[in-house]
Amino acid sequence: MTRTRKPGISRRSTLALMGAGAVTFAAPWVARAQVKTIKIGMPTILSGRVAQLGTSSRNAVMLEVEKVNAAGGLAGRQIEMVIRDSKGQPQEAARIARELVNTDGCEMLLDGEASSGSFAVHEVARDLGVLCIHTCSEASSLTADPKQHIPNAFRCVRQGIHDSIVGASYAAGIAKTKGLKKWATCSPDYAYGRDTTGEFVLYLKKFAPDVEIISESWPKLFQPDYTEVVTKILQAKPQALYSCLWGGDLTSYIDQANIYAMFTQMEVFAVNMADYTALTVVKNLPKGIHSGDRYIKTFPPTPENAAWGDAYKAKYNEYPTNWSWQNATAVMFLNEAVKKANSTDGKKVAEALTGLTIKCPFGADGTVTMRADDHTLVGYAIGWGTTIPQEPYVPDVKAGDWKTIFELEAEWKKSKGYT
Amino acid sequence: MDLDALASCLASPACLVTQTTSGLIIGMLLFLVAVGLTLIFGVLKVVNFSHGAFYMFGAYFAMTAYQLTGSFALAILAGAAGTAILGLIFERVFMSRVYGRDVLMQLLVCYAFVLIFDDVVRMIWGPEFKSMGMPAAFQVPPLFIAGGVVPPYYLLLIGVALAAAVVLGLGLARSRIGKVIRAAAQNPGMVSALGINTGLIYGGVFALGGMLAGLAGALAAPVRSLTPGMGFSVLIESFIVTVIGGMGSILGALIGALLIGLIRSFGSLGFPLFTEGLMYLFMVIVLVSRPTGLFGKEVA
Repeated sequence: MTRTRKPGISRRSTLALMGAGAVTFAAPWVARAQVKTIKIGMPTILSGRVAQLGTSSRNAVMLEVEKVNAAGGLAGRQIEMVIRDSKGQPQEAARIARELVNTDGCEMLLDGEASSGSFAVHEVARDLGVLCIHTCSEASSLTADPKQHIPNAFRCVRQGIHDSIVGASYAAGIAKTKGLKKWATCSPDYAYGRDTTGEFVLYLKKFAPDVEIISESWPKLFQPDYTEVVTKILQAKPQALYSCLWGGDLTSYIDQANIYAMFTQMEVFAVNMADYTALTVVKNLPKGIHSGDRYIKTFPPTPENAAWGDAYKAKYNEYPTNWSWQNATAVMFLNEAVKKANSTDGKKVAEALTGLTIKCPFGADGTVTMRADDHTLVGYAIGWGTTIPQEPYVPDVKAGDWKTIFELEAEWKKSKGYT
Repeated sequence: MDLDALASCLASPACLVTQTTSGLIIGMLLFLVAVGLTLIFGVLKVVNFSHGAFYMFGAYFAMTAYQLTGSFALAILAGAAGTAILGLIFERVFMSRVYGRDVLMQLLVCYAFVLIFDDVVRMIWGPEFKSMGMPAAFQVPPLFIAGGVVPPYYLLLIGVALAAAVVLGLGLARSRIGKVIRAAAQNPGMVSALGINTGLIYGGVFALGGMLAGLAGALAAPVRSLTPGMGFSVLIESFIVTVIGGMGSILGALIGALLIGLIRSFGSLGFPLFTEGLMYLFMVIVLVSRPTGLFGKEVA
């Protein structure tokens, strides 16, 4: 006997379809909320000279987003990242940010731009009212200046003024013990270089009033050759040198200064040395360069931080950068804020973010806080130490004291007319 | 302005030695790039805007060869030979098609290759900056000459560049090939009518120019960081050198490069905020007083 099957839809499947339809129409918000992903837009720098930093930002975001999605997403919604290349151009960053929200339907922004671009994205956030977390700009004024303040924007980044206070207090301690009075500076000739050096010198003189700056050099950004700067500094015979050169400029400078044996003639304080992008590239890293921590997996010296650094390396076959930990932290903040607000609504999440403290591998005490009054990150691990030519590169980092940072930061804000 | 620092440096032999060698090494590397540029312009009448790419490739070739073999001599050789071959291919396949065309057309082709070559480097070696590292033989304390500091590596660098200048100058002035090249620069039609393969001459000159830039890149690799786009900053200064020295003049390129080197090294003492400006100011002065450059020939 053969079973015949009539063409068309069977009674059983018709019933099933009707049932499903009834559920969908009866409770559409349930269906949508469970199905619809949440899009988060991110303009960052994926080509050009600093592409490595943008790529490391994207990597870190994806690493964390995968974890959040695996745990069920943001309030049950899977995150879909839409990441675009701004080529480091502010106007392009602003255009992309606007497009991500208006055309792509992104409900939140992670702004992975350097300082120049982040101010442009900030204005877009002000205009559109979309929740925006800056993840790379260290320029203090972005959050310190009350004119910049908007309720929907946050900065999850270390800050120039914090670095200057911690760096200068560390350097002043060494200046006092070793009697370093004559200092030289050598920093790139643009806003970041000038501001950071100015703030460092200001606090260095405050902590160690005997210090005198006897020589200043301002090579241009991305200058290929520093020989004339190196020899000029050697002529001035300072006892210590401060530099905020970074990336390829810093490694060029070290290679060129090395053959003049500069590092045996003075103490060198290079705030941007302790970043894997520079540490792993320099072939003959001199011993004993003083540096601020950018990102190293041994500071803060916790198993969580080491595990995070190793997980990143295992996935991407290179170590994370300073931009990586900041971007990862931003995703952690979003995740916790959405949990607290129990909603993915931008306004509610922004309210939850304000003043939020979360557990974080990069916190000085295992936590970091999004400070309520200026929407900026505080409590992250910050410190200085000296280099050795192989891993762990900076074996002993002296942690900065957040109490001092807060006091001096408040004074600095007052002096700038921000409070 | 800090004229006291400049005056006290000029009065001290130690400072004079240090700053002069510092100027010489900046100048000599610039010369190697600029001389290729000027040579190509002199013979081929093309402003090779993509010349900086050969400097970049020279550095990357040298780094790779050094990593593979551990030999610095082989690294230099790889930098120079690799860019010579690249120059030959680039000239035969692409540049030879735009000779005699509109200058804008030539510029466009060259600029396209600036971008293409940068992307090629990015694809092969990655976008992040690299460092070759100083060979062990030169990881020695600097020499002290009359109290001035001179790193031994820079002595080698100046020596190699000077040797290249002498060989090039003598070769062009005295050898048979040199005569043919000069003749081809003056009247290519006549040279071709005499049964000489001008295509080969052009390719050869382009390869030579590329090789010199590659040599500069290879020599600079141990002390400068390698990034896609590193050729561009060198190119601008090389143009200044060729303009000061006179487009097409080898002696001009040498003198121009050394002057720029010395302006940088002494300028950074006396005019720390105006070192770059000083370079351009000097170029303007030369252009106003001698529009063809210091050693350029009057255009008939």
